[in-house]
Amino acid sequence: MQRLDVADADWTRISPRYVWPEVVGWFVTGLVVAAATLPLWFLDSVWWRLLTAAVVVTTLVVCAFVPRRVRAIGYQLRDDDLLLRKGILFLRVVAVPYGRMQLIDINRGPVVRALGLSDLKFVTAAASSSVTIPGVPEADAEALRDRLVELAESRRAGL
Amino acid sequence: MTDGDERDGGAPPGGVLPGDEPSAAAAPAAAPPPEVAALTDGEWHRLHPATPLLKGGTALVVALGVIVYNARDWVVQLVAGMVSGRRGGDDGDPFGYVVDHGLLGWVLLGLVVVVGVLSAFFWLAWRMNTFRVTDDTVEVRSGIVFRTNRRARLDRVQGIAVQRPVLARLVGAAKLEVSQAGDDANVSLAYLRSSSADDLRREILRRASGAQRSEGVSLAKPGEARHGFVGLVEQRAAEFLAEGADPEEALPGSVVRVPLGRLVGSVLLSGSTVFIVAAVVAVVVSVRLTGEWFLLFALLPAVIGSSGYYVGRISKSLRYSIAGTRDGVRIGYGLFSTTNETLPPGRIHSVSVSQPLLWRPKGWWQISINRASRSSASASQSGQQGNSVLLPVGDEADVRRVLALVLPELVGLAAAEAEELPGASGPGLPEGAAAVDVVDELHDAADGHASHTLRLVEDGLTSRGSEGGFTTSPRRAAVLRWFSWRRNGFRSAPGALLLRTGAIWRQLVIVPLPRVQSVGLHQGPLLRRLRLASVHLHTVSGPITARIGALDERDALEFFTRASHDAVEAARADRTHRWLATAAASAPPAHPTPDREDDPR
Repeated sequence: MQRLDVADADWTRISPRYVWPEVVGWFVTGLVVAAATLPLWFLDSVWWRLLTAAVVVTTLVVCAFVPRRVRAIGYQLRDDDLLLRKGILFLRVVAVPYGRMQLIDINRGPVVRALGLSDLKFVTAAASSSVTIPGVPEADAEALRDRLVELAESRRAGL
Repeated sequence: MTDGDERDGGAPPGGVLPGDEPSAAAAPAAAPPPEVAALTDGEWHRLHPATPLLKGGTALVVALGVIVYNARDWVVQLVAGMVSGRRGGDDGDPFGYVVDHGLLGWVLLGLVVVVGVLSAFFWLAWRMNTFRVTDDTVEVRSGIVFRTNRRARLDRVQGIAVQRPVLARLVGAAKLEVSQAGDDANVSLAYLRSSSADDLRREILRRASGAQRSEGVSLAKPGEARHGFVGLVEQRAAEFLAEGADPEEALPGSVVRVPLGRLVGSVLLSGSTVFIVAAVVAVVVSVRLTGEWFLLFALLPAVIGSSGYYVGRISKSLRYSIAGTRDGVRIGYGLFSTTNETLPPGRIHSVSVSQPLLWRPKGWWQISINRASRSSASASQSGQQGNSVLLPVGDEADVRRVLALVLPELVGLAAAEAEELPGASGPGLPEGAAAVDVVDELHDAADGHASHTLRLVEDGLTSRGSEGGFTTSPRRAAVLRWFSWRRNGFRSAPGALLLRTGAIWRQLVIVPLPRVQSVGLHQGPLLRRLRLASVHLHTVSGPITARIGALDERDALEFFTRASHDAVEAARADRTHRWLATAAASAPPAHPTPDREDDPR
């Protein structure tokens, strides 16, 4: 089946290294949930152990799909707006006009920072916009931020 | 103004009476403009001297009422005792106890001290609360220990409301609230003299609009004209009887009248009524089944609560009026406590025309809006309608008239945009019109478009299928939209995007293109299987979510691409933050006021 895509698509991919923070994140989550199910083992039933196994398997499956999902994240600087695409199963494409950006955050978590990456977050007046480009190499992120601020400044619109 | 006079205004609770209002305060000059000019001369000004009384005085009034009530008993008894020659027993009567034990002097002294300290505090708070209006900003300073200084840019004004609570109306005061985008970002001038509040609003709107100072008021110092005491009382009475509105405000007549019967009906025919009826039926049935009559008492709080709710809902919308002015839409409502708000053009981020199921036989509609300023719960308590309802209830003709007020600016904008970019397609534009009065010309152009656009909107209310130019969901979307797949659709109009949803709960969402913050396209696994997708127009948060689901994925993609492109174009051409500057600027070749002044901070 043909994937839904914007006509003049020229997506910039994020760094493939971003797989690691995602995997670590999912792994830790899976570990915590699995650990939470451990006391149920004392309830003397095999089924509870299967629950733990299910958690572990789910985590592994999700982790296995992370590279594919990271490859699906892309952004594109068009003439007047920033286009962001995310998700394989749940596709989400957002177009944010430069003039609408109110501020740009650069976030670095521990794993992301260790890999020399950054997350860029854009805030508009609409809370539902929620645009984040994860896993941009540090230097690129700074440059991208400065460029976007400049673009936003030159196309500043009201609310 | 001398200190003694100000203290008079602040402290004694008797000041509620209109006559006791401090007469030494600079009485309104005969002609309002000079006074307003004085308020907006860029210097710091104080608020209405009765402010402390209105803000915190109610508690004082209540306390005094308690004392007077006790004293009355005692006085009556004393008089009765003098007549009959005996004093009644003083058990349980605190006032009598105090008098009998010779403590009256002490109590009075204590009272005086308390009142004195309180009034000193209120007076100080009033002294420290100052405001100024410059050409670009309005600024308020307040607080005694914790000082607050809030400055708001005029070109970012989201709306100006003049509120008059009952008590303030009696004193002839009003609260001016300048809305800004954001949570609780409003600049509140409480309280001002009623007449100057209206004039100040007009002046702030004029400065915010960026109109050239041609017809502007002269910045002369105000004549310190003083009315006599009688004059003040007369004026107060006249103001109160003028139904809380400035006579000049009454000029633009309301385009919609909500009859009382319709208002009551609309409130009664709501979901909560269904809920209450269901609850009553449930209780009655269980009483019948169990024979436990005390269950009826469970209804009591519900009855009290719901009647309060209904009365509140109705009284809030009484005397509703909406009218178009040069500075945007003006909405007024309230019977005793009135609110009168002006929304400048381009401050409405999305409009929703909706029809609850129970209203359908009557053909009633409600119009609500998203706006950038959000006031806290306290504001909605004080009688505001959560400031998101534009029309509480109206029939189709009312909807048409209200949208004609809201839409011409969109349509006029489209016309202005086409005028600025001659290459752009804009049918029926007046070409080469001499720029004598461009405002009028713009309005003419807007009228031409308005009739066209309004037809689109009206079609959108009840239509289904492709009538009205809507692109609807395909047949296979019936799995997700059982009844509404034929109605579920979108279309773009000049300057706005229209989303038509709901076959049972009908709704038409109109998003002005220049207000679109971003556009989203979504497709989950289920939608993917059905080759469907949904489009989300992101606007500032509010009661309306502009989202349309279950569209054919090709249509959705096209809509997404087009909307994101048009939104950029519309935002670029948008000049509504200085809504009259465009008109003034395109007349002479002179450039308009700069789009963006650097923040003085």
